[in-house]
Amino acid sequence: MSKLLIERVSRTFAGVGGGQPVQALQPVDLAVAANDFITILGPSGCGKSTLLRIVAGLEAPSTGRVLLDGKAVTRPGPDRGMVFQSYTLFPWLTVAENIGFGLREQGRPERERNEIVASYIDLVGLRGFENHWPKQLSGGMQQRTAIARALANDPEILLLDEPFGALDNQTRGLMQELLLGIWERRKKTVLFVTHDIEEAIFMASRVIVMSARPGRIKSDVPVDLPHPRYYTLKTSPEFSALKAQLTEDVRIEAMRTAQTQSA
Amino acid sequence: MLRPLHPVAPGTRTALGIAFFVLFVAFWAWITLGGHVNRIFLADPLSMLKDGWRLLVEDRFWLDILITIWRVFGGFVLASIFAVPIGIAMGAWKPVEAFLEPFVSFARYLPASAFIPLLILWAGIGELEKLLVIFVGSVFQIILIVAVKVGSTRRDLVEAAYTLGATDNGIVKRVIMPANAPEIAETLRLVLGWAWTYVIVAELIGSSSGIGYMIINSQSRLATGQIIFGIIVIGLIGLLSDFAFKALNRWLYPWSLA
Repeated sequence: MSKLLIERVSRTFAGVGGGQPVQALQPVDLAVAANDFITILGPSGCGKSTLLRIVAGLEAPSTGRVLLDGKAVTRPGPDRGMVFQSYTLFPWLTVAENIGFGLREQGRPERERNEIVASYIDLVGLRGFENHWPKQLSGGMQQRTAIARALANDPEILLLDEPFGALDNQTRGLMQELLLGIWERRKKTVLFVTHDIEEAIFMASRVIVMSARPGRIKSDVPVDLPHPRYYTLKTSPEFSALKAQLTEDVRIEAMRTAQTQSA
Repeated sequence: MLRPLHPVAPGTRTALGIAFFVLFVAFWAWITLGGHVNRIFLADPLSMLKDGWRLLVEDRFWLDILITIWRVFGGFVLASIFAVPIGIAMGAWKPVEAFLEPFVSFARYLPASAFIPLLILWAGIGELEKLLVIFVGSVFQIILIVAVKVGSTRRDLVEAAYTLGATDNGIVKRVIMPANAPEIAETLRLVLGWAWTYVIVAELIGSSSGIGYMIINSQSRLATGQIIFGIIVIGLIGLLSDFAFKALNRWLYPWSLA
């Protein structure tokens, strides 16, 4: 049985000021197997973030439904951890308190919380920064904390919305390896939204390419590259072949977006 | 030479700040001691200081100062206790805002000083009336500013908290309130400054103690030195309470400055 089922999910936004309603997402079907790492790739504005937010329960679909372990998603919950593109650490809490936020909301006892928080601080390599405020951290460290915070709840699925989009290239590469390393060791079902083709291939066991707005699934490409993966993989011939194929796919859609915007 | 937005060195900054005070007092001394204005209408700096010293030593003016401080803080604390929770409720729950916002926006423009005759009728000329003037002057301002700050809480933080399993109640208590605490404290600091204006107005009318009472009393005796001394005392206390408030905020919310 699939871990996550997306059935005929679409999203239409009401028109602004009596204008025409805007369809952001055409009906989408997607089945995600347990412990799969899925990246959703598409040009900006294609509705990929909308789809992720519907899975998170932050937005309601206009049609269709999302099932996690057979249960319909109606609102956000700790079984679907989310990492956002913007830095969303709580600025009034330290790194350790941020990571323990979800556990605290669920009323877990303090001692248990501290143990879990300490293990995730080690996992993302932030030992020594437990008592720092978010403002004192670099962007990469903030996103590492955000990943640890989402994982500390031990969610059924991890949702990431362009989590490394605001980071510089070098940091982004390191973060990809860090996240992939965690996934390779711990196994977790992951949905990862990105517009970076290289990132989409490097992380994924399956890349879903979305069309220009209104978004739909254009292609579904399995990535059978071996694990564990290192940055050197990005220069291998197999990787380059996949990249060429996906670049072509995404380029057509990006051009379509550019045309509708100029029209 | 003066480049726009170019910062000034800390030492120069202090020196320039002091320089204006010196110039100001020098000008004041020049027009008064130099005989350019009538002494009856404006006392010179030296007699102002002499009058002030006599007020403190002989007339027990420090008791008036204490009673004024107590009125400001009493009325202000009373207003805050009411206004902060209401403001948070309005910002967090939109039906509450829809219910109260039109009235509060209207009430905010009612001048506190115009309420003084009414408040005297209701509460007499005792302490309660003074507290109520400050209360009326502050409460609606605090409600509105707090409601706006809370209403503009970062949505992505709220969403992040929801995905971490926070309940609606948890969002208000552990996201909305701590996220806005420094801004609310900053609002209170601002409104405290206004409360100093209201207290003097309240003491000018139907009062028998306080800094404002001393000022109105001095007017009938043409004691302009005392009036100026009273005004300067208010300014100094306002400045001190402002510094204290700022220091308290820095100590309470180190994360907002880090």
